[in-house]
Amino acid sequence: MGTPAAAIRPGSKSVSRLSGGDELARAVTMLFALAVLAVAALLIFELWIHSSPAKEKFGLGFLSSTLWNPVTNEFGALPFIYGTVVTSVLALLIAVPLGVGAAIYLSELAAPRLSSILTFLVELLAAVPSVIFGLLAIFTLVPLMRGYIEPALKKTLGFLPLFTGPAYGVSYLAAGVILAVMTFPFIISVSREALLTVPREQREAALALGATKWESTWQVVVPFARLGILGSVFLGLARALGETMAVTMVIGNNPGIHASLLAPGYTIAAVIANEFAEATSDMYRSALVELGMVLFLLTIVINGLARILIVVTTKKGSARA
Amino acid sequence: MSSTFRNRRRNAVNNIMLTLTGVCAFITVSMLFVVLAYLVYNGGKSLNVAFFTKLPLPTGEVGGGMANAIVGSFEIILFASLIGLPIGFFTGIYLSEFGGKTLPFLVRYICDLLNGVPSIVIGIFVWIVVVAKVHHYSAYAGAIALSIMLIPITARGTEQFLQEVPRAMREGSLALGASNWRTIASVIVPAARKGILTGMILGVARISGETAPLLFTSLNNQFWSAGISEPTASLPVMIYNFATSPYDDYHRQAWAAGLVLLALVLIANITARMIVSRGVSLPK
Repeated sequence: MGTPAAAIRPGSKSVSRLSGGDELARAVTMLFALAVLAVAALLIFELWIHSSPAKEKFGLGFLSSTLWNPVTNEFGALPFIYGTVVTSVLALLIAVPLGVGAAIYLSELAAPRLSSILTFLVELLAAVPSVIFGLLAIFTLVPLMRGYIEPALKKTLGFLPLFTGPAYGVSYLAAGVILAVMTFPFIISVSREALLTVPREQREAALALGATKWESTWQVVVPFARLGILGSVFLGLARALGETMAVTMVIGNNPGIHASLLAPGYTIAAVIANEFAEATSDMYRSALVELGMVLFLLTIVINGLARILIVVTTKKGSARA
Repeated sequence: MSSTFRNRRRNAVNNIMLTLTGVCAFITVSMLFVVLAYLVYNGGKSLNVAFFTKLPLPTGEVGGGMANAIVGSFEIILFASLIGLPIGFFTGIYLSEFGGKTLPFLVRYICDLLNGVPSIVIGIFVWIVVVAKVHHYSAYAGAIALSIMLIPITARGTEQFLQEVPRAMREGSLALGASNWRTIASVIVPAARKGILTGMILGVARISGETAPLLFTSLNNQFWSAGISEPTASLPVMIYNFATSPYDDYHRQAWAAGLVLLALVLIANITARMIVSRGVSLPK
């Protein structure tokens, strides 16, 4: 007649009440999870529906046209796609060597205590809001570019079409530099984790064979973690592509395609930020929504790749089996 | 002979490359101090009592402050947290504790996808589903946009910290006859509370600096907004507008606002990391 026995007897009143609570809790939390799915589905659906006027009118030509004229309702995305890709690639060219180098230092060389302090500082840098980078860039980086860096580049490398034209300060180059600073914290922290998953034995074996510290790092440890490092690069790329505020503030907002990195340009995110609230016609707005969808698709593909690579390395390292 | 030369070369390469990695680390970390130094210097000399108590003045006039933007930011972040934190929290519990196979996988994937969506695209989405439907910009539209960014961060953070609760605690509670949800509510969630709280603070800190989702949801306002269904000023949007304007006094105020925003975000980040004891890894 003891209560414990009653509590475990299947089908008794108290057990069914308890499991009833479980069912309810499961149902309630599941409702929230389903709400998340619903938001994502609605996001994709609404972007698709609201970009359809532009899709119907311009078709695939939207992606290859360079015309952007709100007055005549003619819209093409190429200058913005070009600007987004150029600034992001520039950012990676700067951020990848710096970020991977710093990650190697943090995981292989620095004493654990120093490494954890520096990693903490890098994570704080990642937390700095984008608009603050933009504020800083407008008042420090842009004058620096205009007064010193761009004239110097023209003087030394001016024979290349990449470094020609007047130095305005606001340019693809300025946007690339500020994007690099915003990207490398992500590259550092993810690369560092990938490097830390490399087994100790790999390092010791290389050193025992007479390799120097650098040879062991560069020829053994880094190749072992290469997929994770590549993942961090893709993660950084996705961030750079979608970054809005800092770029909008220094890119110069010029919807043209220029070979020179010193010229002002435009990115997808920047044109949406500048023009969406003022878009006067439905076609204009629809074209901006379609730009948003292009950006959305670009970033999810690249983020997806990054995640696959990172999961693969952190699960089992990326050495050939 | 040639082998000593070779070894000397290898050693030189070793020293140079190792030093270079140190230089990389130094450059990257020093960027944080560059940011801090500029904001403390320029923001510090622009900050005054009026900044916290006065409204922005019309262009060209010197003085004024951003009291409305400070209050507006807190209002928007508060509402975003009220929406985003519970949804994220319960989704996290579902993912960690009640999941079967297919649905949690899908939800996890969608959370990561939402987390990677550029914030400007979230702004477009909320403009379509909220602003365009009610025909006006509002603080709640801004809060909804920020909450959409907060949900996946909170959900994945909560899930991760719940997963780190030792199995033995779970089994102990179940063995004592507690039901599943009872175990979750009185054993697992309390055990993971520090981590969950940390994740939430970091999430709120992240959205509080976001500008792009607010540009065409809560818009901006030079005055006090009359309620949550009015366009509302916020610090990030104010910084953007003032920094890109041609007026010196607006630039001064943008620096001041930048310093206040950065201080809030960094303090939140440092506090969050102090709550968790050392050794707890944070969700990415």
